[in-house]
Amino acid sequence: MNANVPEIRISQAQLQPEAGPPDGQRPVEAVQVSPIRAFLLSRGNSAIADRGFHWLMVLCALSIFGIVVLIAIELVLRSKLAWSQFGFDFFIKAYVDPYTKLPMYWDPVNGHFSALPFVYGTLVSSFLALLLAVPLAIGVAVFLTEMCPQALRGPLAFMTELLAAIPSVIYGLWAVFVLVPLLREHVNPLLIRLLGWTGLFNDDNPTGLGFLSAGVILAIMILPIISSLTREVMTAVPHSQREAVLALGATRWEMIRMGVLRNARIGIVGAIMLGLGRALGETMAVTMVIGNNPQIVRSLLANGSSMAAVIANEFAEASGDLHLSALMEIGLALFVVTIIVNALARVLVWAVTRGAPAQVH
Amino acid sequence: MPTEHKLRARIRTGIDGAATGLAVLSTLLVVAPLVAIFAYLLYKGASSLSWAFFTDIPKPVGEAGGGMANAIAGSGILLAIGSLIGVPVGIGGGIFLAEYGRGTKLANAVRFTADVLNGVPSIVMGIAVYSLIVVPQRHFSAFSGGVALGIMMIPTVCRTTEEMLLMVPHAVREAALALGVPNWRSVLAITVKTASPGIITGCMLAFARVAGETAPLIFTAFGNMGWSSNLNEPIAALPLQIYVYAISPYDEWHRLAWAGALVLIVLIVAAVSLVRYVTSRGVLKGAS
Repeated sequence: MNANVPEIRISQAQLQPEAGPPDGQRPVEAVQVSPIRAFLLSRGNSAIADRGFHWLMVLCALSIFGIVVLIAIELVLRSKLAWSQFGFDFFIKAYVDPYTKLPMYWDPVNGHFSALPFVYGTLVSSFLALLLAVPLAIGVAVFLTEMCPQALRGPLAFMTELLAAIPSVIYGLWAVFVLVPLLREHVNPLLIRLLGWTGLFNDDNPTGLGFLSAGVILAIMILPIISSLTREVMTAVPHSQREAVLALGATRWEMIRMGVLRNARIGIVGAIMLGLGRALGETMAVTMVIGNNPQIVRSLLANGSSMAAVIANEFAEASGDLHLSALMEIGLALFVVTIIVNALARVLVWAVTRGAPAQVH
Repeated sequence: MPTEHKLRARIRTGIDGAATGLAVLSTLLVVAPLVAIFAYLLYKGASSLSWAFFTDIPKPVGEAGGGMANAIAGSGILLAIGSLIGVPVGIGGGIFLAEYGRGTKLANAVRFTADVLNGVPSIVMGIAVYSLIVVPQRHFSAFSGGVALGIMMIPTVCRTTEEMLLMVPHAVREAALALGVPNWRSVLAITVKTASPGIITGCMLAFARVAGETAPLIFTAFGNMGWSSNLNEPIAALPLQIYVYAISPYDEWHRLAWAGALVLIVLIVAAVSLVRYVTSRGVLKGAS
C-alpha cells in the first residue's frame, strides 16, 4: 500500500463554525455539504468503495443461487410440452409396438415417449456400481486410515485422488476397448455358466456391452469419491473412542469396527449417497458402454440405456418439439433427483464432520 | 474356561488378520484399474503421438494421418472463456463466504448450494445452457460452450477460495485495518494476496476438472472438424473429439482418440500434481 497518501478525515468538529468573536463583527459562514460528502463524513472516506465492494461480493455469492434457479427455470419451461402431453405417465407407461407386439417405450416416430427404460437403466447401473464399489471403497479407506504404514499413505492417497481426476470420456474410451472385451471373453461366459439360473445372466447379447459393463465402469468412477469421504469421516472420529475400545482388549479390526466405523456410519452413508449421486448423473462412460437400447430387460448382460445416455445420444438431433421436450423432462428428473440425493448426502456428512468446510470433491 | 478363552482369542485374531487381508486386497483392486488405464493409455497413445498430431486438423475418413490441433486450440479457447466467467465470480463468492459473511445463515446456504451444485450432472448444465443461449441464438457457438464450462467452475472455485482465505491469520487483517487501509483494499490487496497461491491452485483444480468435461459441450460447442476462431461458430474441443472418434468405426480415428486421451490425461495429471505440490508446501509462505 502506498503509505505516502494520507487518509485525511475531516471531523465534524472542524466544520462547526468556531465560537469566536460575537456576531456582527465577522459573518459566520456555514460550509455547504453535499449528501455524498455528508455520508462519507459520517462513515469514513472509503465508505462508498467499501459498500460497493461488499455488495459486489454478495452478488457473486448469490450467483450460485442464480445458477440453480436458472437451470430449474429453463428445464421446467422446456419440458412443459411433454408434461402437458403425458403427465405422470411419462415415467411409468408402456406402449405396444403394433408390428412386433412387444413393449415399446421410446417412439419418436409416432410421438410416444416413456422414460421407464431409462429410469430402469439408470437405477440398475447405479446400484450395481454401488454394490461393487462400496465394499472396495470402505476397504481402501480403512486400510489408508488405520492400517497403512506412514510412508505409503501419501502415494496411495494421491493415486486415489488421481482416479477421481480422470475425465469420464477417458474412462469410456478405456472401457470400450479394454474392459468390454475383457468382460465379453472371460467374465460373461463364467457368469452365464455359474449364475445363469437366476435369470440375471442370459446368453443373448454377445457384444459385452450392457448393464454389467456400465456398472463396472461406474464402480471404478465412484470409488474415489466414496473412499475419500469415508476417510474424512473416519479421521473425524475422536481418538478417545479408539483408545477406549483398545483399552477393553479389542483386536485392531474390532477397534475399527466398534470404535471408528460405528461412530462414522452416518457419514459413511452420506459418502455412499454422494457416490450414488455421481453414478446417477454419469454420462459419457455409460453412454459408450451401455448399448443404447431403450428396453427393459431382466438380464444384466443385455443392452439398455440410461437417462443421461439418451440425452447425450439424441439431444443434438431431436426430431421435433415433443421429442426435445421429452428429453428436457428426463433432464429435469435427473436434476431434481441428483439435487435431493446430494443435499441429503451433504447433510449426513456434515453431521459427522460438524460443519468444518468440507473438502471439495 | 481357559481353553474356550484361548479358542475365542484365536478366532478373534484370525478375524483381525482376515480383515487386514481384505483391506489390502481392496486397495490392490483399486490401484489396479488406475495402473491399467495409465499403462494402456501410454502404450496405445504414445505410438500415435507425432508432430503432425499437434499441428494438423482431422483428415477425411480413410486417409491416414491427421491430428487434433483444432481440438486442442478449441479446448484452450473454451477454457479461456470459461475461466473469464468462472474465476472472478467464484473468487468473489469465496471472498464473501470468508470475509463478509462468515458465520451468517446466508453464507451457510451459499456453501451448501455450492456443494450441491457440484454434484449436478454436467449434462444437465449442458441442456440448461442450450436452452438459455443456443436456442435464442439459433446456432451452436463457442460462446455457449464457454458459458457452460464457466458456470461449472463457479462452485468449485468458490469453495476452494473460501478454504484458502480462512487460513489467512487474523493478525494480517487486523494489522492492515489498524494502519487505516480501507476494508475493501485490505481484503483485496492484503488477505487475497496472502492466500493467492492457494487460490490459484484452487482455480487450477477447477480448470483441470472442467478441461475433461464432454457432456455440456455436445450441444453447446457442438464440435468442428476444422479451425474456428469465431466465437459464434461451433468449435472443436479435445474431450469432445475423443468421444466422437472413440465411438466411430474407423481404426485410424481410434488411434487418434488414444493419442488425444494421452494428451488430455497428461495435462490433467500435471495440474493435479502441481496443486498437490503447492498445497503441501504451505499456502502462507508470504505471511510468515
